[in-house]
Amino acid sequence: MSTALFGEPIARREDPRLITGQGRYLDDLGGGALEAAFVRSPHAHARITDIDVGGALEIEGLVAIYTWEDLPGRVGEPLPLLIPHPALTHGRTAYPLARDVVRHVGEPVVMVVARDRYLAEDAAERIRVTYEPLPPVVGIEDAARAERLVHDDVPGNAGAHLVQEVGDAPGAIASAPHVLEFRLDIERSASMPLEGRGVYARWDADDESLRVYSSTQTSTSVRMAIAAKLGLPPVKVEVIAPDVGGGFGVKIVHPWPEEVLVPWAARLLDREIKWTEDRREHFVSAAHERAQVHFVRVGFDDEGRLLGLDVRIQHDHGAYTPYGIIVPIITSTQLLGPYKPGAYRVEFTSLYTNTVIVTPYRGAGRPQGVFCMERTMDRIADELGIDRTAVRAANFVQPGEFPYDQGLVFQDGRPLIYDSGDYPEMLRRTKELIGWDEFGDRRAEAERQGRRIGIGLACYVEGTGVGPYEGGHVEIDSGGRVHVSTGLTSQGQGHQTVFAQITASELGVPIEDVTVTTGDTRRFAYAVGTFASRAAVMSGNAIALACRKVREKALRIAGEALEADPRDLEIVDGVVRVKGDAGSSIPLRTVAVLSNPLRYAFDEETRRATQFAVGGSADTPPLTGEPGLEGEDYYSPVRSTFACGMHAAIVETDPDTAEVCILRYTVLHDCGRLINPRIVEGQIHGGVAQGVGGALYERMVYDEAGQLLNASFMDFLMPYATEVPAIETGHMETPSPLNPLGIKGAGEAGVIPVSAVIAAAIEDAEGIRVSRMPISPSELFHLRLEAESGAAELTNRARSHPAPLRRAAGEAGVRE
Amino acid sequence: MHEITMTVNGVPRTASAEARRLLSDFLRHDLGLTGTHVGCEHGVCGCCTVLLDGEPVRSCLMFAVTAAGHELTTVEGLGDAGGMSPVQRAFQECHGLQCGFCTPGFLCTVTAFLRENPRPGDDEVIEAVSGNLCRCTGYQNILKAVHRAAVLIAEEDAQ
Ligand code: FES
Ligand code: FES
Repeated sequence: MSTALFGEPIARREDPRLITGQGRYLDDLGGGALEAAFVRSPHAHARITDIDVGGALEIEGLVAIYTWEDLPGRVGEPLPLLIPHPALTHGRTAYPLARDVVRHVGEPVVMVVARDRYLAEDAAERIRVTYEPLPPVVGIEDAARAERLVHDDVPGNAGAHLVQEVGDAPGAIASAPHVLEFRLDIERSASMPLEGRGVYARWDADDESLRVYSSTQTSTSVRMAIAAKLGLPPVKVEVIAPDVGGGFGVKIVHPWPEEVLVPWAARLLDREIKWTEDRREHFVSAAHERAQVHFVRVGFDDEGRLLGLDVRIQHDHGAYTPYGIIVPIITSTQLLGPYKPGAYRVEFTSLYTNTVIVTPYRGAGRPQGVFCMERTMDRIADELGIDRTAVRAANFVQPGEFPYDQGLVFQDGRPLIYDSGDYPEMLRRTKELIGWDEFGDRRAEAERQGRRIGIGLACYVEGTGVGPYEGGHVEIDSGGRVHVSTGLTSQGQGHQTVFAQITASELGVPIEDVTVTTGDTRRFAYAVGTFASRAAVMSGNAIALACRKVREKALRIAGEALEADPRDLEIVDGVVRVKGDAGSSIPLRTVAVLSNPLRYAFDEETRRATQFAVGGSADTPPLTGEPGLEGEDYYSPVRSTFACGMHAAIVETDPDTAEVCILRYTVLHDCGRLINPRIVEGQIHGGVAQGVGGALYERMVYDEAGQLLNASFMDFLMPYATEVPAIETGHMETPSPLNPLGIKGAGEAGVIPVSAVIAAAIEDAEGIRVSRMPISPSELFHLRLEAESGAAELTNRARSHPAPLRRAAGEAGVRE
Repeated sequence: MHEITMTVNGVPRTASAEARRLLSDFLRHDLGLTGTHVGCEHGVCGCCTVLLDGEPVRSCLMFAVTAAGHELTTVEGLGDAGGMSPVQRAFQECHGLQCGFCTPGFLCTVTAFLRENPRPGDDEVIEAVSGNLCRCTGYQNILKAVHRAAVLIAEEDAQ
């Protein structure tokens, strides 16, 4: 097999295991462990007045019951506030088990440990918690009115308030020839991986050490958090992310209450304990995202060029802020997309509500930001009566302007400077891909058939690969096997494949010889985690750098053995050889033996490395540098690298049922150099499917009492194969100048512009402004009724364009 | 507690479990066949799909005692001594999985479907997998994999 694997669409190396049932997910481990279940609050806001566990005590197989009062020291303290941004002036986090007050349905109140989960649930059911209900705060408007408070000591329910400004936006808008002002809404959705969260802990009393498995996106940080909470030195805590059944953001949050409680109880009881989240628990006690309201004011010239943009955002962060205010910060900054906004002012208020916490879900605030900016572009085009793509083109950052400084501070505290891209070319290709210029004919043809179709397009720029760093360790053993490890975790992205491709290409070894370990603190203790489309950029580059170190070392040792200048050597198929002299060579496995000067021989191979076997000068020490053919390196970027893309869609809306059907969906994206195009494409597909869910189906439906009404897969509608259109993809490759491999992240891209694209296409088909997503058939139907009555606004195009575009709801579609 | 015996992947297996024990838990935790996954425990996601007398069923919606005496096939039993089944190979070839959590359910569903309908059209394929959720792949490559599997099976039968 060729070793030049970087860029090849090879099949995934993790698949054979996963396809044959040999995967090891959290709940597949710990066969004999005790199991935990939790009594969770049925109220959105209430004071706990009594907990009576008496009824549970007779359950056979019950081992322990814990309430907050049982938690000692730091275990009982509030969970950490992970990202303490200075603007988060009123950050609040939950106790692992509720103390006095519960602030959302699903908050854990009592922990039960029993022989198995059935028995633990039996016991949990018999525990009587008495609550004194308090008035709940539900929804952004309720929170902003602040007639009731989620936390008594947080006035106005406002956890954070942040303004960023470039130039004088209000002034620029005031003097602009055209001004528009409108409101845009996005509702709650959630990551919703098919595997929920889970923790399994075992305490080794003899060694006084703890091993924890968690279905997490950051095992290294879970380890530090557990060590801190339990007062253990980190070296006595190992955390391993086994196979993880999807994350999409929700599993980056840590430590979850269960991640503290399960290890704590395992140590206390000196028994193995496991907790596997069930689906309802995931709905009411993990995390959601997306809910935001945006008030936009924009001033522009006759060509549609932005002169000033002023956006006020209200963000609903739920009951607590363990993950800080990353989501609205990302919306605020990534809203700008590929455009130059003129003067820009963005202000957000992050509000408490009595609902599940809000933390990043794939896209992390970007879908909302892109929705804002792209809806704004469409509005401007409609206002001026010019093509929507022309407005975009008028505002693009141009290829010659990179690096382009937007003058803002990004989520990593670094300046928002775009590294590379070619937006005009991308727009040209996107229009070609979807057939933008020919759409008029297609629409006319459809109208003749009594069908209503529309086209939409949206652009995004995504800051990927945020720091601070990741590391990689590469070791070639004396069998010629290459062991690669990195601390960040995998949730199905194919890291075992792409990191092996990088390694095989860098070292010149067959990929079959490479194994990759991720997310295991026993192998690599330093890492940040998997989020923000950063794994390939961060760990990919770190592994490449580590490979380069190992390669250099291999060439040095081989050079000594072959009596050749290392610069004249190359590595091909795992063999170091003199360039142009195939006869003079030495396999890497032998180099590995030689790299470790030995006193003791334990097999034929090692015999070659003993003091009597290796020659060399008697005047120099036998070891140069460190023993072993291994190396470690880290990659820490100065700032993020910016990927970009444009999606376009053609939709058809049913004149009677208001059903939306996506006829075509195209994606053109640029994530720099591709390590494995097939894997990147898979990431795009998955992202688009989640985007379609967010645009048309998924929402968290809370009632006024703060009950989540659709907390099951029956009622929270995620797309099946029947709901996802065929996705046509195209790639551009503008390398990032910021990292050695020239790559940019790709994990979240697919989801980012989908709501904006679908909204644009529906608006185009219907001629009615779409300002709120997701949109269901019933909402579209009501929008039609409102348009009839004048309560919903028509687009200018619709106003100036007679039927059938404006055919009202209820009026039967004329099918010719 | 009940002694429950069933034939799983061609092998008679017995374990004792309560009457309320779900078949999914019985397979996973009593028989140690953890390839069958649980994504919702309310019959919607299809992760727990296994074949009961050759027909796909949701093992989270069935009690283990109900399955007593029946023939079960789980993902662990889809291949044979020769290796992975054509459906399994097609999923790898077409990149039909990412995290792999939904995959065993898809594999069982598709195996039964292609037995019934060895030459399916596009719409039939979509329909066949439309009861299984996948949060990772966007289904594009799963659909490709089903078509590919049909070809692989036909090739195998021709030999
Ligand atoms: S676990 Fe059985 S259908 Fe979801
Ligand atoms: S591959 Fe992850 S849910 Fe399907």
